[in-house]
Amino acid sequence: MSNQIERFEDPGLPAHVHRNADLDPLAAKRAERQVAILFLLSAAGTVLTIVSYIYVKSDKYVYLPIMGSTNLQQILLGLGLTASTLFIGLGAIQWAKKLMPDQEEIAERHEFRSEEVDRNDLVATFKERSESTGLGRRSLIKRSLGLSLGLVGLSPLLLLRDTGPLPKKFFTTTDWAAGTRLLLDPAGTPIKASDLEVGAVAQVLPELPAGTERTLENTGKDAVLLIRLRPEDFNLDAQRLSWTHEGIIAFSKICTHMGCAVALYEQQTHHLLCPCHQSTFDVTRAAKVIFGPAARPLPQLAITVDADGYLVAVQPFTVPIGPSFWERNSSNG
Amino acid sequence: MKTSQKAAGATANYVDERTGAAKWLKKNLTKVFPDHWSFMLGEVALYSFIILLLTGTFLTFWFDPSQREVIYNGSYTPLSGLHMSAAYDSTLRLSFDVRGGLLMRQIHHWSALIFMSAIVAHLFRVFFTGAFRKPREFNWLIGVGLLTFGIVEGFLGYSLPDDLLSGTGIRIAEAILQAIPVVGSYLSFFAFGGAFPGTAFIPRIFIVHVLLLPGLFLALITIHLMLVWYQKHTQYPGPGRTEKNVVGYPLMPVYMAKAGGFFFVVFGVTAFLGAVASINPIWLVGPYTPGQISAGSQPDWYMGWLDGLVRAAPPIETHAFGHTISWNILIPGLIIPGILFTGMALYPFIESWFTGDKREHHLLDRPRNAPNRTALGVTSIVFILITIVNGGNDIIATHFHLTINGIMWFTRVGLFVLPPIAFVITKRVCLSLQRSDRDLVLHGRETGRLVMMPNGEMVEVHEPLSDAKKWTLTQHQRPEALPAPLPASALVGLKGKLRARMNKAHATQIPAPTLTDLKELGEGHH
Repeated sequence: MSNQIERFEDPGLPAHVHRNADLDPLAAKRAERQVAILFLLSAAGTVLTIVSYIYVKSDKYVYLPIMGSTNLQQILLGLGLTASTLFIGLGAIQWAKKLMPDQEEIAERHEFRSEEVDRNDLVATFKERSESTGLGRRSLIKRSLGLSLGLVGLSPLLLLRDTGPLPKKFFTTTDWAAGTRLLLDPAGTPIKASDLEVGAVAQVLPELPAGTERTLENTGKDAVLLIRLRPEDFNLDAQRLSWTHEGIIAFSKICTHMGCAVALYEQQTHHLLCPCHQSTFDVTRAAKVIFGPAARPLPQLAITVDADGYLVAVQPFTVPIGPSFWERNSSNG
Repeated sequence: MKTSQKAAGATANYVDERTGAAKWLKKNLTKVFPDHWSFMLGEVALYSFIILLLTGTFLTFWFDPSQREVIYNGSYTPLSGLHMSAAYDSTLRLSFDVRGGLLMRQIHHWSALIFMSAIVAHLFRVFFTGAFRKPREFNWLIGVGLLTFGIVEGFLGYSLPDDLLSGTGIRIAEAILQAIPVVGSYLSFFAFGGAFPGTAFIPRIFIVHVLLLPGLFLALITIHLMLVWYQKHTQYPGPGRTEKNVVGYPLMPVYMAKAGGFFFVVFGVTAFLGAVASINPIWLVGPYTPGQISAGSQPDWYMGWLDGLVRAAPPIETHAFGHTISWNILIPGLIIPGILFTGMALYPFIESWFTGDKREHHLLDRPRNAPNRTALGVTSIVFILITIVNGGNDIIATHFHLTINGIMWFTRVGLFVLPPIAFVITKRVCLSLQRSDRDLVLHGRETGRLVMMPNGEMVEVHEPLSDAKKWTLTQHQRPEALPAPLPASALVGLKGKLRARMNKAHATQIPAPTLTDLKELGEGHH
């Protein structure tokens, strides 16, 4: 039955249709002029680039619609470069389309599979040659080679060991200790409770021992956010409430998800939002996670005031700050 | 003889006497390439890569890949006196104090975006037309490698200036390293030469960005192109085009002019973007410090899907025996990308396994004629699109007055619900398009001309298709092109049943009309 079905037949390549330029010398001349004009525009682009590089002042700004204030030299250089490259390309393509041969050609393909004879020959040669190494028979060589090849990769791995020190206690400690003063960042001045109005937010860093330079590595662990609420807004247990001072509550600013700075505070809702992945923490409930991928609340820093009335830490953070890691013991939060 | 001919002859003679390449050169200079706009996508990627090498080399003349702390005193006064890394400082100088520096930076960045877009578009073309089938599996694997390395290369590139935004990106990468079970905190310390951010990371990623990965790209691209050359390009089906031939234009002169010209066009378009469209204005966000952040932190688009996945992850961690495992980072950051890329790399082998098709293919499929594959492709695209939307949820929320929470929940549910729906719809659409092809062949093209019959009835005149068109629309069901039937012995057990099911799903087709159908129809009508 299926043998009797007639299929449509391949009519073969359609007949070649000549272009205007193939038949009409005038059209060909016109195409030649078009190509030449495009190439000349490219040359003009290069002139523009040179002129604007040498004669336009690099501190001159102009106002352009949509783009706003724009450096004149940069944009002229850019437009010059655009013209000098784009028009070479357009010229070449126009040349190929209008004047170069446009008759489609047919090339035959060859199958990649080799002749059966050659394939058998290869297999035979391979067998014979590998046989001649005696690898199959000499198991001592085979095994010792396997061992050495397995081990040889260890050396380069081992050599990478000194790319960095071991973390030791780095991930579990910060520079906060009992009595450490809170310094305003970036001013570096100690802060009193009265400096902070209700609803205000401040970033603070720990006062480091005299003579210690503050590095970005310190900041990456130590950054703390102070927020002042009305005390009645808190919804905390007794211990966490005792860690606040006159409505001021302090959290690690380093997100417990992936370590971004949790910097967006919504005054109305008392929510802290991490702009990286939108983890949202409720300040009134000890930075409990109320939305997003973070799995743990921001660690709270217990604060009080010292004899001079400056805000200080009562104790170090009770849990490691920042993102999780394998060695982190999270049984206490 | 003209002088130009003499010169050409002398050159050919000079080269041949030293290489004996006359025969080889003659064959390859007249090599035939098929013509289609979609074959240009890979070309765009190649040319963007060359632009990246050129502009990138320019940038290295001024860029100082160091995290040494310096005080800025360049001509951008809003940042005067600020402490910053030499990397950020030199990027500012490059942007404000080097003539054409900002332009080159912008061309480099735009070019990177175009490079990645072209790779992805090229990937779609190859996937949806089945160009990855035997004998081109190696090139598929190389392509997946280039895509993967391209994502890494792009990330490292925009991390180099050490501005507030890029530093935040590195912080996130550090958190992913840190989350790896058992060795995470060690890996992080080794990668950063100690605590984050340290001073080792920028110099290290610089050498990876400018030497290691570009070298790898060059090697892989070379093999990719050599294979394209040797295996000859695939072609779309049409009259005169078969599995055994290539129909197109010769390299010399047509493709030399077209492809060479196209390089300059790509360069020109990229230069135009670099001239008029500001990209990554690093001076607006300031130097990196771990305690600060800019709102609306966004990665480049090819990282957006990863960011979107991470944002959508539910807050799950395992706390046991004094250890913590962050599933909220591992699943979206490592496990899902791993599955996606492994699946993509293995797809040609999986398809050939369940179709049982081990033959060479040089004629491309029209996507509608492989409904199952097309549906699978659209499913993956929908999945990735949802994650990209979620990766920009903060921007979308502010622009369209939506809540971030709403978009996040849409994503969490949508990632599971929408891809299967997309699969079903795409498959239906493909089959409908096959039916419409069938109608076209059997009943002809609607001309829009109405004719009133003597009895007052209005009918539309249909015009029969040309023989060429009829062939193009029906050629895919040559008897030898159907998936090979699998032997019954291969279909037992769980694996066999799966294989049989996938085979059946893949074989769903509307029968293409034949001349016999057309003749029967004609007899029925008159």
